[in-house]
Amino acid sequence: MSSETQKILTTDGIPLEVSLKKAERRNKIKAFLLVAPLLFFIIITYVFPIGDMLMRSVDDKMVTEMLPKTFKAMEKWDGKELPEEEVFAAFHSDFIKLVEEKREGKLSTQLNYTKNGFKSIIKKLRRKSKSFEEGNYKEQIMAVHKRWANVEYWQAIKRRAPAYTGQKYLKGMDMFKNENGEIVSVPEDRRIHRVLWLRTLEIAFFVTVFCFLMAYPIAHLLATLPMKYSNLLMICVLLPFWTSLLVRTASWMILLQQQGLVNDFFVGIGLVADDNRPEMMFNKTGSYVAMTQILLPFMVLPLYSVMKTISPSLMRAGKSLGGTPFVAFWKVYFPLTIPGIGAGCLLVFILAIGYYITPALVGGASGTLISNQIAFHMKSTLDWSFASAMGLMLLTGVLAIYWVYNKLVGIDNIKLG
Amino acid sequence: MALPKYTEPHYRIWHYVYLTICAAVFFFLIAPLFVIFPLSFNAEEFLVFSDGMKRLDPDAFSLRWYKDMIYGTKNPWGLATKNSFIIAIFATIGSVILGTVAALGLSSRHMPYKGLIMAVLISPMIVPLIISGVAIFFFMAKAGLAATHLGIILAHIILGTPFVVITVTATLSGFDHSVTRAAASLGSNPVNTFMKITLPLILPGVISGGLFAFVTSFDEVVVVLFLAGLENTTIPIQMWTGLREQLSPTILAVATCLIILSTLILVTAELLRRRSERLRGINR
Repeated sequence: MSSETQKILTTDGIPLEVSLKKAERRNKIKAFLLVAPLLFFIIITYVFPIGDMLMRSVDDKMVTEMLPKTFKAMEKWDGKELPEEEVFAAFHSDFIKLVEEKREGKLSTQLNYTKNGFKSIIKKLRRKSKSFEEGNYKEQIMAVHKRWANVEYWQAIKRRAPAYTGQKYLKGMDMFKNENGEIVSVPEDRRIHRVLWLRTLEIAFFVTVFCFLMAYPIAHLLATLPMKYSNLLMICVLLPFWTSLLVRTASWMILLQQQGLVNDFFVGIGLVADDNRPEMMFNKTGSYVAMTQILLPFMVLPLYSVMKTISPSLMRAGKSLGGTPFVAFWKVYFPLTIPGIGAGCLLVFILAIGYYITPALVGGASGTLISNQIAFHMKSTLDWSFASAMGLMLLTGVLAIYWVYNKLVGIDNIKLG
Repeated sequence: MALPKYTEPHYRIWHYVYLTICAAVFFFLIAPLFVIFPLSFNAEEFLVFSDGMKRLDPDAFSLRWYKDMIYGTKNPWGLATKNSFIIAIFATIGSVILGTVAALGLSSRHMPYKGLIMAVLISPMIVPLIISGVAIFFFMAKAGLAATHLGIILAHIILGTPFVVITVTATLSGFDHSVTRAAASLGSNPVNTFMKITLPLILPGVISGGLFAFVTSFDEVVVVLFLAGLENTTIPIQMWTGLREQLSPTILAVATCLIILSTLILVTAELLRRRSERLRGINR
């Protein structure tokens, strides 16, 4: 009886369209409420703290807060010649306050980061400042030490005026801002971080290559063998996968030591002399061998899950059309496994680039990675802002790779075991 | 893999080369684990095979390092084991509850911004552990939870949930939603439906996610190194300290126990995976 122009109504008399939208929205809210507890938990305890790292890495408020009057007075100073009395007076007033609070030591450490030579002249200034007379601070401070009369040191102080700085990031790449504000590299013999970044990339790359070369044949074997054999062999892949990382590292420490089984074997087959056993641990070799074995399952599993889906009849078809087995493999089988190769390589590369425990134990000085440097600054030098900066640089790299991974295979396709 | 009779000789040779390569790789994967077993029964203090061991002389073997592990004076393993289990169990419970509930929401086709939210939830698995360690340490220090069990448990929940989310969403992808609708049409409320219908069906996925979370927590060392005080020492921390200072046979005894534990977990995980595939009707 209703005409076509009339809207369809539900039994409550509400238009169906409205009612459906309402139900849809309710479902959306329901789904979101289920995810919400975990989402907020992760955001508060994990995502925000990573943001906090970003703040810490650029935070340079310490000196700004210690010398407020000085920096106010310096605003008018052009920074070319020695500043006016006004700046010296302000600096003196800030400094007296710091000495009262016993914080001048912190100031000297901080300023020393910017320019070497502040430590001793601040100590001297503290001693002499007790007998300072009122007025004419410029001459009195300059008389303490000749460096106080050197404009370079005042320029160095001025450089610390901004509350935020990118200098930790520059330091992470062995660069710094010089007196003229240009970004330059440190002398070649002091470029420790670049060496580390390159070594991290190098080790991650070669570990990925080794893992791929070793994983491909066994993944193929596992995928083509009958189930009852392949299940048994799969254990060889899964047992290391489930075994504690430290246990596996420990076993490599035993195997690779100078009196270890690997060296015994090399001596046994006459490859090396008994009194000339090579160091295979506490150097790059140790990192390579242990990391390859530890990360190998992460390459085998994605390769296997892709190879499992390739029908064996495709290879037979290739051969029956006149290809030799090698041609059939190269032209038919190999291209079909590329998604698995991509997934496995990126997974291993991402894991290897952030590796910490294994290199720290078997890598020695020449086999450690950027992660070890981050841990070192977190625990030993307590330069947390620098550790944060390096961590974020590493994170940026990993996220870029992860983005590629997501484009290639999708993050829902990660397979576990 | 038998070769057909008509295979040409050079392919036959290549085939055996290929099998040899595979055998070598399998050996490389699994052999290092087996070095630990015999050495943990070494009667001597050195971490090399003694002449007696090579001759299989019974006197060269002993349980002394196992005794040391359990009864040794001022040994840390008792406290570490207790802590490890407490932390891992609570972290697993937390991860499983939060992760499963979130996976239910994520599997709903009504979920908005699915990709983005999934990326955030999975991020602790992708971000290098050292960075997670630094970030979580900053948070826990601010919250006053550094060097407490609660702090470490929360940290391990962060690291463990991605595994639960992934395994449970994977299980739910093959889940037939008409059964829950049938339950609802028969008058069951959502909680009852979940407990009686959904949970039993996705249980294998939930448990295997829980196993991942357990192992992640039980084996985690990087984050704990930042967070733990002396009271919160765990097995991985003790192993880490031991490996850094001096590799003692006691550590190998502990390692042997851990290998046995991981074998048990592997068997459980495999059985669950097969059961799950059977329940979801995936035949292979």
